[in-house]
Amino acid sequence: MARQLVFGLALIAALAIFPLFSPWSTVILTVALCEGLAALGIMVLLRAGQVSFGHGLFFSFSAYAVAFLAAAKVGHEALILIPVGMAASGLLAAIVGLFVVRYRAIFFGMLNLAISMVFFSLLEKLFPITGGADGKRVPRPTFAGIEFGREQFELATFYVTLVLCIVAALFVARYLLSPGGKALEAIKSNETRLEYLGVSPRKVLYGAYLLSGLLAGLGGAIIALVSGHVTPELAYWVRSGEFVFIAILGGIGGVAGPFLGALMFQIIRGYAAVYAPETWHAVLGVMLLVIIFFAPAGLYGIVAGKAGKPQREEGGR
Amino acid sequence: MSGVILEADDLHLRFGGVQAANGASLKVAANERIAIIGPNGAGKTTFINLCTGYLKPQSGRVVFNGQDVTRLSPQAITRLGIGRSFQIPQLFLDNTVIENLLLALSAREGSWSPFLPMQRHPKAEEMWALLDLVGLKEIGNRVVRELPEGMRKLIDIAVALALEPKLIFMDEPTSGVSSTEKFQVMDTLTRVLDARATTAVFVEHDMDVVARYANRVAVWTGGRIAHQGTPEEILSHPEVRETVIGVGI
Repeated sequence: MARQLVFGLALIAALAIFPLFSPWSTVILTVALCEGLAALGIMVLLRAGQVSFGHGLFFSFSAYAVAFLAAAKVGHEALILIPVGMAASGLLAAIVGLFVVRYRAIFFGMLNLAISMVFFSLLEKLFPITGGADGKRVPRPTFAGIEFGREQFELATFYVTLVLCIVAALFVARYLLSPGGKALEAIKSNETRLEYLGVSPRKVLYGAYLLSGLLAGLGGAIIALVSGHVTPELAYWVRSGEFVFIAILGGIGGVAGPFLGALMFQIIRGYAAVYAPETWHAVLGVMLLVIIFFAPAGLYGIVAGKAGKPQREEGGR
Repeated sequence: MSGVILEADDLHLRFGGVQAANGASLKVAANERIAIIGPNGAGKTTFINLCTGYLKPQSGRVVFNGQDVTRLSPQAITRLGIGRSFQIPQLFLDNTVIENLLLALSAREGSWSPFLPMQRHPKAEEMWALLDLVGLKEIGNRVVRELPEGMRKLIDIAVALALEPKLIFMDEPTSGVSSTEKFQVMDTLTRVLDARATTAVFVEHDMDVVARYANRVAVWTGGRIAHQGTPEEILSHPEVRETVIGVGI
């Protein structure tokens, strides 16, 4: 525990200091944190043994909500746009979750994918509203009422994102230790016993799905602000797949895992794009294979000293 | 029969060509200890599944404390006060023994605050006391996956008891337990059930256990009760001796 705490604090400190010495890294790190938030949402669902291949839906929905509001000048303030974008995706997760949580395993994953692809198509086809494949520009809003220049805005966004990530990670860590978090793990472990404790697995998963959608939405809202532009690509299945990739790369044993995975993903993508521009996807694939075979608990498992092999399934009715 | 808390009436259920319940009926009075005996495939576990919401009958009904529970979900039935343990223990294998009980406690108390770690539940001591009562306190912090089947069986029952049910169904509570420990386990369970005034219905294959711990025995064959009575009456019944006990149950 002490080792994980020290590591967590060191990671936060390194992240907080890095942009001061390398201003070029501010946006990259913010993007990594946003993807880490979405992957944290994936991690919550993975605790129940469920994988969503469609969380780009909530990521993009929130991003577009921010884009529309910012363009309409009704919400020209970052500190309003972020919670509104997050709430929008939370509302969507509350609706989608109503029927998605009835399914398990591959059906759960593919249903999420299908819904996200419907939304992707709508973003592409409804050109007069969404701007089609060109997307929408997001005017730079004020930050706490202050109009920043580009660099100051990016730096302020980064630090707010870092704080929000810490708050989100602490909340998820607490939730996973709570009875609700344990009930969530019980869906993976033994849903039958959970039912015979008088607990509705659907309600437990619904709560987790809502949390997961909110986390992805938070990431999406911030990425819209920091990139200043939203496109349908945010809802595309490749983006959703990246979130799952990041969660597995980072590991789901602790809340730092998805953020570690997101940082590593950005590093690999950045360097591979320079040194192997034609084959950078292959580099990512090899990396994932290495993790699955040699460190199934992910980067977090390596750091926390828990890089064991996944246990076999056992039991049943 | 006075003080009936559960009444299963004329339950029918067919799986393909198998009539798993064929007019199964049973009345359970408060504080009874009813043993269900019968050959394999007689429909004993199906009867428990029908009474606890895992299966729904094609006809017939189950009434618990005056409420029709036939079509209710397992979780709704559990919340009304019917607990159960399983032939194959149904536990959270990657959690510790105490965590299994604490989740049951949280479910019973409706404690779902995301800010309260389960281990710090205000009534956690109650679960340690229950573990002590069933002789499992020493292994409270062990992960269930590491434990032998016999212990898992007891933990499964302890989890059901943690919910403080009014009625508990136990499917073969002593299977997997060594013959020398069977009576010890049943003594412990009886003590806990008596202390909590919990009514119990249990499926059992060991006639020594039936004779010693049941105050009524229901003999199951072909998806229904063929005979019922006191252990003395049933275990000395010529037909039961020949068709049920004689076939080596």
